[in-house]
Amino acid sequence: MSTKQVVIVGAGPAGMRAAEQLVAAGQRPVVIDEGARHGGQIYRQPPAVLQRDRRDLYGFEAARASAVLDRFDALRPQIDYRPQTLAWQIEAGTLQLLHAGRNHALPFDALILAPGATDRVLPFPGWTLPGVYTLGAAQVALKHQGCLIGPRVVFAGTGPLLYLVAWQYATHGGQVAAVLDTAPASAKWLAAPRLLARPAVAAKGAYFVARLRMMGVALHGGVTLLKADGNERVRTLSWRAAGGGTHTTGCDAIGFGHGLRSETQLADLAGCAFAYDALEQAWLPTRDAAGRSSVRGVYLAGDGASILGADAAELSGARAALAALEDLGLSPAEPGHAAQIERELQAHVKFRRGLETAFAPPSSWAADAPDDLIVCRCEEVSAGELRACARETGTREVNRLKALTRIGMGRCQGRMCAPAASRLLAHTAGCALHEVGRLRGQAPIKPIPIAMLQEQPPSRQVAEDQDD
Amino acid sequence: MTESLHADVSIIGGGIVGACAALFLRRHGLSVVLLERGLCGAAASGVNYGGVRTQGRAIVQLPLSMRARALWARLPELIGIDGEYVQSGHLKLARSEADLGRLEAYRDEVGAHGLALQIVGGSAFRRAYPWLSEQAIAGSFCAGDGHANPRLVSPAFARAARAAGARIVEHCAITELAATGSGFVVGDGRSVSVQSRWLLNCAGAWALDIAERFGDSAPMTSIHPGMAVTESVPRFMDVNVGVEGGGIYGRQTARGNCVMGGSRGTANGALYGVPTARAIGELCDRMAALFPPLAHAHVIRFWSGVEGSLPDHQPVIGPSPTTPQLIHAFGFCGAGFQIGPAVGEALADLVHRGRSQVALDAFSITRFTSPASTSTGAH
Amino acid sequence: MLHRIDGARREPIAFELDGRACTALEGDTVLTAVLTNAAKLRESDFGGAARAGFCLMGACQDCWVRLADGERLRACTTFVESGMRVRTGA
Repeated sequence: MSTKQVVIVGAGPAGMRAAEQLVAAGQRPVVIDEGARHGGQIYRQPPAVLQRDRRDLYGFEAARASAVLDRFDALRPQIDYRPQTLAWQIEAGTLQLLHAGRNHALPFDALILAPGATDRVLPFPGWTLPGVYTLGAAQVALKHQGCLIGPRVVFAGTGPLLYLVAWQYATHGGQVAAVLDTAPASAKWLAAPRLLARPAVAAKGAYFVARLRMMGVALHGGVTLLKADGNERVRTLSWRAAGGGTHTTGCDAIGFGHGLRSETQLADLAGCAFAYDALEQAWLPTRDAAGRSSVRGVYLAGDGASILGADAAELSGARAALAALEDLGLSPAEPGHAAQIERELQAHVKFRRGLETAFAPPSSWAADAPDDLIVCRCEEVSAGELRACARETGTREVNRLKALTRIGMGRCQGRMCAPAASRLLAHTAGCALHEVGRLRGQAPIKPIPIAMLQEQPPSRQVAEDQDD
Repeated sequence: MTESLHADVSIIGGGIVGACAALFLRRHGLSVVLLERGLCGAAASGVNYGGVRTQGRAIVQLPLSMRARALWARLPELIGIDGEYVQSGHLKLARSEADLGRLEAYRDEVGAHGLALQIVGGSAFRRAYPWLSEQAIAGSFCAGDGHANPRLVSPAFARAARAAGARIVEHCAITELAATGSGFVVGDGRSVSVQSRWLLNCAGAWALDIAERFGDSAPMTSIHPGMAVTESVPRFMDVNVGVEGGGIYGRQTARGNCVMGGSRGTANGALYGVPTARAIGELCDRMAALFPPLAHAHVIRFWSGVEGSLPDHQPVIGPSPTTPQLIHAFGFCGAGFQIGPAVGEALADLVHRGRSQVALDAFSITRFTSPASTSTGAH
Repeated sequence: MLHRIDGARREPIAFELDGRACTALEGDTVLTAVLTNAAKLRESDFGGAARAGFCLMGACQDCWVRLADGERLRACTTFVESGMRVRTGA
């Protein structure tokens, strides 16, 4: 049995299940994990010293979390697991890795990208104040560090995560000052039939809402977020109710987000083709039902390919691994198993459509954003500057906007500002969101130290003094 | 529906040279249509290092470069923005006595041509530049040099040309290209077709495709200079830095980011370049070795581009030997940003008056073997 | 500032914050260590406004801090170590 070098980036549910399939086929996959322990974000494991109970950490998902986390643990001896390792570039058939200050090139025969997702951010003035975090951050603080982002928190934005995190805080000693959903209540009813594609999950969502109400937490829908205020840290969040009145809610912290956005930088560097997904309102790497990208030998799984949630990630991770094995000629074709996975994924896709309908990001966000709103928090570029540039230069393309205004040129490479900047550009230019294109990915996908130790001796110096 | 246009001059390529030529042609009252495959100023003109430098150029380029200085000094008047141009001076470092010897010889040579350089060494050098490592033992300082932001400057030339009445057509890849009896026809075969008396070939690294259609050729290859930029760090570098012998050059912007170059990348398709990981690693090593204040800094972005290079390190600028009213300007070997405005002005002069203020004979395409010779082509 | 609710007994970790002796707990990231002792992590590169992280998962890059010796680290993904000397000012 030949051994090929199959590399998985990401140790969340997709990466873990992909590794499992590869081990089952007699392979020793390499799993690259930026985190310190496997689990990804949703099943993030705190440092052992926190001695957290799994029911406490993962609530209703405790059994699922345990199943996949423990399985990976059991398989550890058969996996080349590399935690605290950043994959920062891909060149033909090689992944560049940074670990403990050392640079290392890892060739691969097959690459499964399962890097997950972050919150989609549509900001409001004051969002850069200390005390304002994403919904994901509010969860990480609680799960990973045993902290709340503040004793009294306003949760805002939209998406199922909004209610889950608010409920988690309310049941862990946090005071939830309000839950402000920008999506109108009616949207959830419109989506109801699709949401029933996964009745257990839909029921959990309804459960969180009901419990929060019973605990006396103020829940509002159809809200427009206006401004976070405070001197050196956030003190209040002002918002407009669906009915029109303006309110100001006192708080020590805000957790907000408008759904999730896939981390696609590595797929971009790998040369994958992208297409605009109208449902997610984002550019995603194209893939077939098995997770094959447009690049031979590169596979896409989990929320990093398309937001479908943790359960779907387990399925798509396994499916991608089966595709990689098949393409490498390493396992007898088992159409039954792969086809079964693809069938199960259908229910998730349908549910996803329902969620996006129920929790669509506010379509008026770009029109409502005031000129003094900082859109790019890395480079401190305002909505007014973006609009002025688009108007004065006739720019209708987001990479040109980046070149002229600096949005997306900071450390985060547009992760936090691209959704907002793209919407502002499209709105100002009077075109559809997809027409402004997407930010072109550039290595390193995250900042790397100049002092990074190289593994090769330097090549003979070439006279290049004419370049400048 | 193809739009049919007529103009005195067609220009292929909307980089700094083509756009500047368009601007100056308009000032001479000539009608211009500029056709650009992508967006103006987004190729080499927009992603280069940003050095605005005369020091280090071959003697034969000094007249163009000195003329360009006068244009850079008027940048806001020409293009409406300052493009973050700063006359910081250029410091070319010696890392050995042999390097120093070469810098001194160059200083002596160019002094006679009007370029004044000051060489600083020893303790005076250490006092003046405490932020350089022991690798550097002396430096040649050129006060009139500086740096700018190419991402702002190059597109602004195109906007200025448009504001002056040039017709700029972007997203226009040339498929139709021929000499007619009285001039040329150029078009993309779907949206626009231009008939003109003159044709300027300013298509950068892709200019050979245009030149060869008319039987002109040059041994141009594509190079991909690798670039890196750091996060913003406290300001320590107030000059544009290069080294004798090459290998690294760097500048710090007003916002604190350090832009560094000095490595080679590879092609990423026909239109883009990408730095190789190996090249990135080498560049980082050189940055850390030369600039101690960057010891803990992080690189936040690498990039490359596509640049035309010729074996004698000089561009092609001047009339076609085979086709009347066709003028070439390409192959700037990584040093086209500073002289770009002067080249554009010279092209406009050639069309308008039949001669340019600056002598261009040294850059004639005829200096290579006959037009029938093969070229390696840009790729 | 972050608000601790975790009840496990954890070893205290002594570190220095802007010259001031502070205490964190084993398992804290540098971000948690700082923000349970102070209200900000750093000052913004442009304009100097106070920042205290944002995504807590290594994506937003807003939590890069400096140590006294000039070294830089991403606070939300780096665990605090005994004797660390963190600087939040410019």
